[in-house]
Amino acid sequence: MNPTPLLRRSALALGLALCGALGATVQAGTLVINTDASDPAPKAAWEYLAKSFMAAHPDVTVKINTFDHEGFKTSLRNFLTAEAPDVVSWYAGNRMAPFVQAGLFEDVSDLWTRDGLHDKLKSAAPSMTLNGKQWGVPYTYYPWGIYYRKDLFAKHGLAMPKTWKELLAVSVKLKAAGITPFAIGTKALWPSGGWFDYLNMRVNGHAFHMALTSGQVPYTDARVVAVFDRWDELVRPGYFLANHAAIDWQDAIPAFVKGEAAMYLMGNFAVDLMKKGGLSEAQLGFMPFPKIADLPQAEDAPTDTAHIPSKSRNKADARRFLAWMARAEVQARMNEILGQLPVNREAARPADTYLKEGFTLLSNAQGLGQFYDRDAPAEMAKAGMEGFQRYMVKPDSRKEVLERLESVRKRVYK
Amino acid sequence: MPATGAQGHDGWWQRHQRALAPWLFLAPAAAMFLLYVVLPIGQSMRLSLYDWDGLGTPVWVGLANYVELASDPDFHVALKNSLIWLLGFLLAVPMGLGLALLLNQTVFGIRAIKSLFFFPFVISQVVIGLVFTWFYNPALGLVDKLFGLFGQADLAVLADEDLVTYAIVAAGLYPQIAYCMILYLTGLNSIRPDLIEAARLEGAKGWQMLWHVVLPQLRPASFIAVVVTVVGSLRSFDMVAVMTAGGPYGSSRVLAYYMYEKALSEYGYRMGYGTAIATVLFAIMLVYILFVLWRIYRQERELG
Repeated sequence: MNPTPLLRRSALALGLALCGALGATVQAGTLVINTDASDPAPKAAWEYLAKSFMAAHPDVTVKINTFDHEGFKTSLRNFLTAEAPDVVSWYAGNRMAPFVQAGLFEDVSDLWTRDGLHDKLKSAAPSMTLNGKQWGVPYTYYPWGIYYRKDLFAKHGLAMPKTWKELLAVSVKLKAAGITPFAIGTKALWPSGGWFDYLNMRVNGHAFHMALTSGQVPYTDARVVAVFDRWDELVRPGYFLANHAAIDWQDAIPAFVKGEAAMYLMGNFAVDLMKKGGLSEAQLGFMPFPKIADLPQAEDAPTDTAHIPSKSRNKADARRFLAWMARAEVQARMNEILGQLPVNREAARPADTYLKEGFTLLSNAQGLGQFYDRDAPAEMAKAGMEGFQRYMVKPDSRKEVLERLESVRKRVYK
Repeated sequence: MPATGAQGHDGWWQRHQRALAPWLFLAPAAAMFLLYVVLPIGQSMRLSLYDWDGLGTPVWVGLANYVELASDPDFHVALKNSLIWLLGFLLAVPMGLGLALLLNQTVFGIRAIKSLFFFPFVISQVVIGLVFTWFYNPALGLVDKLFGLFGQADLAVLADEDLVTYAIVAAGLYPQIAYCMILYLTGLNSIRPDLIEAARLEGAKGWQMLWHVVLPQLRPASFIAVVVTVVGSLRSFDMVAVMTAGGPYGSSRVLAYYMYEKALSEYGYRMGYGTAIATVLFAIMLVYILFVLWRIYRQERELG
């Protein structure tokens, strides 16, 4: 059923006419790439990628179109169905699912088998696999963990906590010294998702995280309630920055830099801002999220990917391009520019202290989450993170929040 | 004109020219209006009966989207907030009138002062939203300092589910008052001095003068001020998007923003559900629009 057959048809005709016009001017061997790499570092990384590819493949001309993040999310849907480029950047996990289900991304399993990517890109393979096939190539990810103020810990005679008990003990002492244990800003919602992910993966493990985000477990399940029992131990004594719902994650950094808060559960991208705020490597430490239950260690590591649209008109070169992107030395150099981690495990290790620690952390992980809002479908993710934020502001709403999430889950995964 | 053969046609044209001409002149605009306004409205309403993610084939679901709306707590919040916006925003009309009366003087430099008061309306809504977000910042904001004087320090207005909508409405009022003020200032220019004179001779002054002599003459200005304010309040979107993005946990959503979230935002792409919200918003506006049309119609008949 199509609600707007006439308009659709005329739009299609227009699109085809445009394609025809473009097709006449574009020579064979041109590869069109659409990305949302609009920030300086990602932009430079993609430019390097295009240049290095063209140097190795002189018969191909690469053309990159850069979109801003928000605009890209909308226009992706348009250009995938109408005038498709040859390669697009996107994200792993459930984020790519709608496009795979709609048949808009090309199956690149052949590339994975041919180049041995199942082994080289092992850590990200599960999040690139859907219906038993691979739908793109991952090129970068970054670790999450707790950044903490080494100097403050030393001043108050505290050691880096390795277990939940130790974390609580450290929090009690920090609070008593007038320091808020955790910096956080949940205005954009997702930072609350990070906390839920880590508590959930530490209490119930990675398999449960995947089961929950794919809708197989009710939110009223005793295991989810157990996660909130742990969370209660931090929320109720006020271990998070007050008024966190009013500020963004960047706005919480000044409190961390000024020493009003001592720890910050965040992605590696926050380090840059923390350093700019004046923290030296002697002051800024990194620790894995402490152990809670005796489980294999799992981490959040959101992965960025590249895909070939089904409607690409130059799939042969697009495949060569993706194969190039998967190479160890290319990923090493790209991530050096990005300040993130290469997914290819044969790539050279990063030099940066925090990335090095993150690299070790991720290489030893038994499972990687993509982050709550990438593993869960969009609508569930939104309701979930809103619920987490509400709970963090009003811990008494916990039961109500979980019941609401359960009703959303029933509708979303029907 | 050729004299023969076209005689009958000519006659018909001559007879109906006066009746047809306005319609012919209206035709281009009417066609545009049909194509770009009426048709899309119909399409949206139709889409609200489908489940569609914007990519696959839409699935017919009948009234399911509306049934879901009826029991959707987020929708209830958005509806309630839209009503708060509607009522709160109407304050701009009397406040604009007050300012206009205050500034309607003939003093040296009053033009410059008037334009200063008009300034908020010239600034983009997005900028006003940002500036007010800073005002409301619990750590550094101006409002926090004010609250501090009354012992209410560290009140994060934009993170408080009970206060957040009022706080955004207050920010929205800032440019809207200026707009109403300018409407009233123009209205005040066309007030008949002889009527004022006459009223003064009769001994009217103060409130009496305002209520019985000035306000009736400002009726057209009041009418337009109320119209733009109501429409502005119902389509309030930018302030909410900039200041809170509907937060905390969805408590500052309004209908227009909720529609955007469900249909077009990062976590949305439920086109059918989004258009169902849009249809409800349209129905609410329709009540008001019909009232306005009826009034205009009645006025025209009075004049004609």
